Amino acid sequence: MNAQLAVFVLLALVGVCAAAMVVTRRNPVHSALYLIVTFFSVAAVYVVLHAEFIAAVQVLVYAGGIMVLFLFVILLVDVTREEGLRRVGKGHIAMAAVLTILVIVPVGFYALGTSPETTADLSVLTAEGGNLETVAMSLFRHYLLPFEVISILLLVALVGAVMLARARY
Amino acid sequence: MLTPTHVVMFSLALFGIGVLGVLTRRNAILILMSLELIFNAANLNFIAFAWARPDVAGQVMALFVICVAAGEVAVGLAILITVYRNRSHINVGEINLMKW
Repeated sequence: MNAQLAVFVLLALVGVCAAAMVVTRRNPVHSALYLIVTFFSVAAVYVVLHAEFIAAVQVLVYAGGIMVLFLFVILLVDVTREEGLRRVGKGHIAMAAVLTILVIVPVGFYALGTSPETTADLSVLTAEGGNLETVAMSLFRHYLLPFEVISILLLVALVGAVMLARARY
Repeated sequence: MLTPTHVVMFSLALFGIGVLGVLTRRNAILILMSLELIFNAANLNFIAFAWARPDVAGQVMALFVICVAAGEVAVGLAILITVYRNRSHINVGEINLMKW
């Protein structure tokens, strides 16, 4: 068990626990704050996987932009009627947990035991000072058209959001 | 040794928790948050296989997914505000405008 795996397991545990808190908290503000923890742990996993630029984008767009949007809407909307998870019986929860463990644990151990190790040359991804240059080369050479289409999509989403949220139309 | 399978299992856990949130929560904001978890699970798979191959194209795709997620959240939250203005709640169990 080397350091890379140990760091990944720690980050994954933090991410999964925070994600579980997101869907179980009654207060939406708490859910939003736990969602930020999940986003940061996923961004750290991206760094472990040599995707430094995507990690930066993840922190900027998700933790910076999207979560501010969520918090604003939570503050605008009255959420006092939230009742937490839908009421389900204790028997159902116990049965679901037992079935999940029975299926996931053997399958997971089998998959981990037979998974191929990455012996490939990572020099494509790793560059001095992050991989921004390689991502930019791929983005602007091979994926220029999707990039432009995405920019139009974001423009349409922006106009649509303003249009929908306007008071009278 | 870290393998793509580890990352895929983390992604699977996030996806499962996201689906649980979408199916069980009544508050539309929480449903959108669970959707974000699902987007993150998909992105993790892209990054994991971009790291395993290795090919930087997967990271570019993850970038596109993040862009689409941002647009989706903007439009979704705008719709929520409109629904809240008209009905004074965003409980998806009681929003029945398009049911028959």
